[in-house]
Amino acid sequence: MGSAYAKAVVDGILTGGVYALMAAGLTLIFGVMDIINIAQGIMVILGAYLSYSLSVHFGMDLFATLIITIPALFVVGVAVEWFFMRRLADRDRTAMSILVTYAVAILIEGGITQVYGVSYLQLHASYVDTSVHIFGFYLPYIYLYGFALAIVLLGALYAVLYLTRFGQSLRAALQDRRAAELIGIDVDRVRTITFGIGIAVTAAGGMVFGATNSFNPNSGYDLISRLLTIVILGGLGSIGGALVAALFMLVLEDVVAVAWSPVWSTLVFFAVLVVVLTVRPEGLFGRAATRAQ
Amino acid sequence: MILKSVVEKGVGKLTGMRTKTNGARGLLLAMVVAAALVAGAWTSGSRAATTCIKGSGKTITIGASLSLSGDFSADGQAFKRGYQLWVNNVNAHGGLLGCKVALDIVSDASSPAQVATNYQKLISSDHVDLVFGPFSSLLTVPSAKIANRFGYAMIEGAGGAPAVFATGLHNIFDVSLIIKNQLITSAKFFAGLPKSLRPKTAAYPTSNDPFTEPQLPVARAIMEKAGIKTVYANVFPAETTDYTPIASAVATTNADVVMLGSVDVPTVSAFIQAFAQQHYNPKAFIATAGPDQGADFLKAVGSNAEGVMVPNGWYYGYANAQSRAMVKAYVKQFGGRPADINADVAEGYAVGQVAQAAVNATHSLDQKKIISYLHSGITLQSVQGAVKFDSLGENVAAKAFTFQWQNSKPVQILPPGDPNSRKPEFPKRAWK
Repeated sequence: MGSAYAKAVVDGILTGGVYALMAAGLTLIFGVMDIINIAQGIMVILGAYLSYSLSVHFGMDLFATLIITIPALFVVGVAVEWFFMRRLADRDRTAMSILVTYAVAILIEGGITQVYGVSYLQLHASYVDTSVHIFGFYLPYIYLYGFALAIVLLGALYAVLYLTRFGQSLRAALQDRRAAELIGIDVDRVRTITFGIGIAVTAAGGMVFGATNSFNPNSGYDLISRLLTIVILGGLGSIGGALVAALFMLVLEDVVAVAWSPVWSTLVFFAVLVVVLTVRPEGLFGRAATRAQ
Repeated sequence: MILKSVVEKGVGKLTGMRTKTNGARGLLLAMVVAAALVAGAWTSGSRAATTCIKGSGKTITIGASLSLSGDFSADGQAFKRGYQLWVNNVNAHGGLLGCKVALDIVSDASSPAQVATNYQKLISSDHVDLVFGPFSSLLTVPSAKIANRFGYAMIEGAGGAPAVFATGLHNIFDVSLIIKNQLITSAKFFAGLPKSLRPKTAAYPTSNDPFTEPQLPVARAIMEKAGIKTVYANVFPAETTDYTPIASAVATTNADVVMLGSVDVPTVSAFIQAFAQQHYNPKAFIATAGPDQGADFLKAVGSNAEGVMVPNGWYYGYANAQSRAMVKAYVKQFGGRPADINADVAEGYAVGQVAQAAVNATHSLDQKKIISYLHSGITLQSVQGAVKFDSLGENVAAKAFTFQWQNSKPVQILPPGDPNSRKPEFPKRAWK
């Protein structure tokens, strides 16, 4: 039984990394733009579909497809920001963004349905169904690679935020839009690029999700509630918080599923979420000042 | 204006006071109009019966709500094809009562709330002549209640769970297999194996869905009676997106047989993938739904489809002349291989056939006559075989088969002794 718990912890950590990858863009977009991007789930699925097309029609390795899908989703993100988000008034941006991004999600879902239909698909590669035996556990390669990818991409995001001039501009815009404009930062440009980056990173999450789950155009809606939960627990705007919250959520759910029953997993997690938010309404790593903007 | 005045006066008399505001007047008017609409709709079934007679050139409209998006979208689309194929066939042979048949299909996005609204609209606003069922037991319950309210027969092919018949409604007719009996054939097969071959342990993970949950206890009782020990029996939420911990927990039991209560392809493919990753190879893996979805299943799991079993009442090679004709028509219209056909297509087609038989036998679209005819104990024929309804609307004539994926095609393996059953692959091959 002890090994079952240990296995649950390992599974939770590995799958948590994948969820962090999918949630990072969501928390970044909210942190900078006060936009709750309901379309994040469908963007993950769009990333999975793009990887599917490239791997099936051009024989590309799943991880190699990211060379194309990440820039492609960056362009999609920039386009969505330019066509829809930029036009939202600052006053009720957050509330309106829920409606607008929901509409964007429906549009993209419709487009995917037209192109691919509603049949379930899954990404296949030699490392998807295989695993390595370490310390008595079979660890699936796809989750190991996905976790490594999550660490690399989240680290890169962190570096962009804290080691580059763009990151300084972004954080300035995050702290105080007006002050940032006064010192010459083009906040609109920063927001557009940030939205693009936030969507681009979901391409990686989508690829790993598509390799570990069957998906169809509707699968994004199952994801978005979990992703929102992760960024709320981690603290809106905190990339590190998203990683910690994703790991915590998946480990807790997996352990409860083994110890009690899968039925209790979600309930226990939400109970813990309520307790955490009661004590720290801004989430584990969120800043009250960020949310007050 | 006259109507409004009469309403206001009438209500004023009844309540002993005058209506005071425009809002209140509007509300009262809306209530009366709604009541009038409902009353109109109530009689639409019998009215339609007199408007469509042979040679009149009229069209019979059949309404259905299907899950064209949402969780059940793959099944909903397959059902739509089944309904459409049947309509094409009927129209090619002169229609119903000499009238052309048309479908009025609306999408419910797999939502139990939306499906009720849709049937309300189809009956009371669109005034359809007949209604066909939605996909899944989950959506059939609210749909049947709405249809019953308007006196319509609810002929359906994917609402066979006990929860559907527990409503006690007299208007439900499920043309498919009784759900709770689906796994009996395979459970008896395992239980009846010689002791040296018989599985010693079994695991029963299931989604908390009205379609899946009733099936496993029936099979489990048969297996346990034969000495097959239960090593895992847990329910997981239908909303689960990460099946890894559940599949890992099953893998650690090393059960000889896994009976999975699943409603769709993603659940089954997630378990197969996790089992393969854990190097866990049960001797038999049977899922209540998912492997019955033809090409959709194969696309998702690839070569690991080999050896996977599914209980059902139909597959593409079903030895039935009507079924063979439908398969031929399907391939002609939609392309692909016969083995790619989703079993939902046959369920939808059978719904049309049963409705057709009832309308032709009663020479009418009168809902009371149709319901009475279907409850008369008559045995009808469909692409899924015989159909005979008991007092609850369950198809007591349906036969349970078990199919297994062999060489990228589903083949019938059970019941044993059936001339069309092939040798089961047991134990199944290891995952690739």
